[in-house]
Amino acid sequence: MPIHSDGYRPYLGRRHTHERAWLVITAAGVRAVFLNRRLLGLLLVAWVPFVVRAVQIYAATNFPQAPFLQISPNMFHDFLRQQDLFVFFITVWVGSGLIANDLRSNALQVYFSKPVTRAAYVGGKLGILACFLLLVTWLPAMLLLVVQAALAGDLRFLAANTFVIPAITIASLVPVLMSSLTILALSSFSKSARFVAITYAGLVFFSEAVFNVVRATTRRTTMSWLSPSATMNQIGDAVFRVRPSFETPIAVSLAAMAVLIAVSLLVLAKRVRAVEVVA
Amino acid sequence: MMEDASASAVAQLDDVGVRYGTQWALRDVTVAFPRGAVGLLGPNGAGKSTLIKALLGLISPDRGRMRVFGYDVAEKAIEIRTRIGYMPEIDAYIPGTNAVTFVAYCAQLCGLPQTEAMQRAHEVLHYTGLGEARYRNVETYSTGMKQRIKLAQALVHDPELLFLDEPTNGMDPKGRDEMLDLIRDLAHSRGLSLILSSHLLPDVEYACDHVVVIDRGKIATEGSIGELKGPGGRVYELRVKGQEGAFVTALREMGMECHDADDDVMRVFVPDALSCRDLFAIAVHQGVQVRHLRPSVPTLEDVFARAIGVENRETSRD
Repeated sequence: MPIHSDGYRPYLGRRHTHERAWLVITAAGVRAVFLNRRLLGLLLVAWVPFVVRAVQIYAATNFPQAPFLQISPNMFHDFLRQQDLFVFFITVWVGSGLIANDLRSNALQVYFSKPVTRAAYVGGKLGILACFLLLVTWLPAMLLLVVQAALAGDLRFLAANTFVIPAITIASLVPVLMSSLTILALSSFSKSARFVAITYAGLVFFSEAVFNVVRATTRRTTMSWLSPSATMNQIGDAVFRVRPSFETPIAVSLAAMAVLIAVSLLVLAKRVRAVEVVA
Repeated sequence: MMEDASASAVAQLDDVGVRYGTQWALRDVTVAFPRGAVGLLGPNGAGKSTLIKALLGLISPDRGRMRVFGYDVAEKAIEIRTRIGYMPEIDAYIPGTNAVTFVAYCAQLCGLPQTEAMQRAHEVLHYTGLGEARYRNVETYSTGMKQRIKLAQALVHDPELLFLDEPTNGMDPKGRDEMLDLIRDLAHSRGLSLILSSHLLPDVEYACDHVVVIDRGKIATEGSIGELKGPGGRVYELRVKGQEGAFVTALREMGMECHDADDDVMRVFVPDALSCRDLFAIAVHQGVQVRHLRPSVPTLEDVFARAIGVENRETSRD
């Protein structure tokens, strides 16, 4: 007599609630992306500026008589600005296929036949990209603070500049949200990750070019809201309390950011569905 | 009896209409799917897939209400989806994964913890007949293997109700038989309820006990297969020589349904009130020769043909 049947058996074990679905999507996506060796190489290169800055902090701690090496909140602001290039490449590499590949393989019917809401699906995909972007922005910047405190042996710098922690967080989250939602919205339009990547890159460069043309023509920088990159920099300048790069009022930059995020969310709400209905 | 049917129904639609632009895909659909194995029969474009997707909450109906397990689909779609499994008609998978990873991922999406999900994935992949191929990338699979994976991901979280949309699509005869055996086993031995949508009558006849026939967005007929196959009357295979169009029209006017079977053979349903003598009388009157007449066993094809009518095919015979 067999100990157990080889056939179909009922499942009597634990079940989580459906609110964790977004976490399942993020975890699986992060694991899948980490299998890509070239991306791992890019991530390693993205941490080189961290190493350079850590050396700068070491030098500043051990040679206080050299004023040009001194650590200030501006160093963290400059560090995050340097990471913009890696943010762009990681957004294109990781983000372009997040929804496009699912559209190509009809995976949305699988997702939405399970207890997964559209919000959980988009949230899960956003989480995948956010993980990698924060890995090259927020995490190294925060670690630089830790390195500074460890090498200095005290928390005086942090106590004197408490705004640096929220500034790093906001200045990291702004490009993460803007870039991630924009590329997810573009990804929902096409079944080709390559097309999405090219479109995103085109939009970024085109908007920057338009702003530069307007700047050259008017000799003013009040229209920086035309370029998402310039908008992110303007907001970063504001949170780090440095002189703004452009003449655009901060309220306008924030509004531009809000509009871009809102449009991306609207596009995702419209495009992400299990069944594409052609009337 | 209607209230009893509703009470035991696993899924129910009340005056449901679904429209794509100006085209009604489903119209005035009121039907209760009982527990057990139910076949959803209809020709291509009848509205079978639309009905299933509406019950899953993937499509919002333009009117009407739907209930699954007593829950309103419009309000409790997530609760319903924890208890159902769906095998789509088209190929659907997560790109870049092998079968084990894909099915385990689906289990996790349904709430199973990671370890249990992996264990369960192996169990259902073994049950659906995927052996060592389970470790290969899904994109390299044959059509039959993809069908098995689709069934596995629908089963992995142990649903109470399965929606199977054309489960034997593109499979070779051996694979098709194995798939139908699995479906029959699930419904009759494992106690799952299932709704099998297909245009293949033999599949539905083999695996299901109850059938709902849909045509051009409306319910044509429904009932247990045994009851539908055996109304008062007999079925004959018939071949004639002469003016077939007029002969078929005359048969219909007498209350006898007929439809094409193979080549030039017709299947004629003669109600209890009539006999084959009446059939011969009509043939004499219409001036056709009866070349072949043989009693036959009623099949689901007769039920289907009676339900959707065969005017278009008979018109083409003229």
